[in-house]
Amino acid sequence: MKTIGYIIQKEFKQIFRNKGMLPIIFILPILQLVILSNAATYEVKNIKFAYIDFDHSSTSRALVEKFNASTYFNVLTDFPSQEIASSSMLAGEVDVVLEIPNHFERNLLRDKTTDLSITINAIDGAAAGVESGYVNQIVQSFNKDVKMAIMNTSKKAIQPITIESIPSFWFNTTLNYKTFMVPGILVLLVSMITLFLSGMNIVREKEIGTLEQINVTPIRKSQFIIGKLFPFWVIGMGLLTVGLILAKVIFNIPTIGSIVLLYAYTSIYILVILGMGLLISNFTDTQQQAMFIAWFFIVIFILMSGLFTPIESMPRWAQIVTNFNPIKYFVEVVRMVMLKGASFTDILPQLWKTLLYAIAMNGFAVWSYKKVH
Amino acid sequence: MKKENVIEADQLTKTFGDFTAVNAISFEVKKGEIFGFLGANGAGKTTAMKMLIGISKPSSGTAKVAGFDVYSQTEFIKKNIGYMSQKFALYDDLTVKENITFFGGIYGLSRKKIKEKRAQLISELGLEDISNKLVGSLPLGWKQKLSFSVSLLHEPKIVFLDEPTGGVDPITRRHFWEMIYKAADQGTTIFVTTHYMDEAEYCDRVSIMVEGKIEALDTPKKLKEQFKVESMNDVFLKLARNIEAP
Repeated sequence: MKTIGYIIQKEFKQIFRNKGMLPIIFILPILQLVILSNAATYEVKNIKFAYIDFDHSSTSRALVEKFNASTYFNVLTDFPSQEIASSSMLAGEVDVVLEIPNHFERNLLRDKTTDLSITINAIDGAAAGVESGYVNQIVQSFNKDVKMAIMNTSKKAIQPITIESIPSFWFNTTLNYKTFMVPGILVLLVSMITLFLSGMNIVREKEIGTLEQINVTPIRKSQFIIGKLFPFWVIGMGLLTVGLILAKVIFNIPTIGSIVLLYAYTSIYILVILGMGLLISNFTDTQQQAMFIAWFFIVIFILMSGLFTPIESMPRWAQIVTNFNPIKYFVEVVRMVMLKGASFTDILPQLWKTLLYAIAMNGFAVWSYKKVH
Repeated sequence: MKKENVIEADQLTKTFGDFTAVNAISFEVKKGEIFGFLGANGAGKTTAMKMLIGISKPSSGTAKVAGFDVYSQTEFIKKNIGYMSQKFALYDDLTVKENITFFGGIYGLSRKKIKEKRAQLISELGLEDISNKLVGSLPLGWKQKLSFSVSLLHEPKIVFLDEPTGGVDPITRRHFWEMIYKAADQGTTIFVTTHYMDEAEYCDRVSIMVEGKIEALDTPKKLKEQFKVESMNDVFLKLARNIEAP
């Protein structure tokens, strides 16, 4: 126990003395949380909108005006022909082109029906889907207005019968994407920083030759490993704290569930990451190698964690693979506890798997750490 | 008076694939002896030493260090030996005092003992003024002396020095050897590898390794007689040349 104390003391001294390391540990995560949370948005704004108006009627102008009034669309220009519109889209100058056909107003008044043509740049499929949704909403609302206008002019006494569904959104009532993203990015920070730091730390001692010196002392490998990893466990918990405070102060993310539960889960989760870091440093000889391997795993884990894209929409095999992704469980737990107020029993499945993972990972890491070669 | 053996190696061998780095070496080192372990670069000195200090498993042969077996009792060996590697292996980002405290601590010395030893070591090395400076800022010679003192901190029976004076100036080398003599006088066995043949003359006995084998082992005086030369340098050259151009 005393021996472990000496190692922990030494590690903390080295971490806080390393002028390059401190900003990486504390400043970068804060920047990341603030920047990423604002940038990683699913909302599509500032859509570059253009139109071709062949009708030049008051109705067609009213339709364009609707788009103009929307906060999502920037109405850029009207094109005289389809060719010019196409080449402009090819050049990436516009995202959405609305084509209003000849006799638009006349057809609408006479036949009560007409067609509109919408062209959407769908290189980013997700954004195109969202844009199409927005366009539909605007056209629908325009449609309603027109109906009313037609009814008024024709003085028909038939009331329009429409069935509307009113969606109610739970847990994130305003559909604020930040409420969804901030807890996720918090996970990313805690995982990334602790994995990189722990993975590079032991390998660093290998590089500078002090590990050999340690290996000729009678220190037990469990003592050494605990002493080495404990400081990073503390840093991980510290990062969680910093992140939670920022989430509350800057983004006003509600924390409905129990903070204690969140800390309890994270304390186990970080063990998984530290075990992984140790494992990486056991199988590498330089910090550079360790960095590359850590990077490889973290990218896969993050993209397959449900942080940015829902796991439900992944192919079947990928969904199975995600079961081996510790970050997935952390993302789930953080969102469940913070946004839904999940209780201990709710997160029990994740907790079990994480605990199992921690034991397996650290067991393997300690086993593969060799004092004798 | 016959002194006890603290190191006994018998047919000790280490192979890496097809390559035999250490080829069946056998020797004994007596208590309090300064044993020089000589050889050209790549002759297998460091590999042999790593087997003796318990961080490399021998491929075959047997060896006992401080009475413990190098296969099964490496942790007991480690309690009884000190080691100073070729590469400077104290922490550059810790101060002189912190390094001493840390290594004292992981060897399990009591807090009181560490404090005592630390004060004694700092005054012996004359490091009072810079004891709170980072070790990384010290000149190499001082680092090496500090490193040697730290390896003696837990009063080991044997201390292994792997090219301890590489890259340091002649005056510091002189000081270094004075420290080695002092430790040997106090009963510590010194096992030292070196490239410097003048240093070989300071040893009680030397072995010369060539291509994984021990080709000569005796006191410097007897070796010079045996090879009919004036200096250890010539002994070494003669041996190495014979092997290279048979």
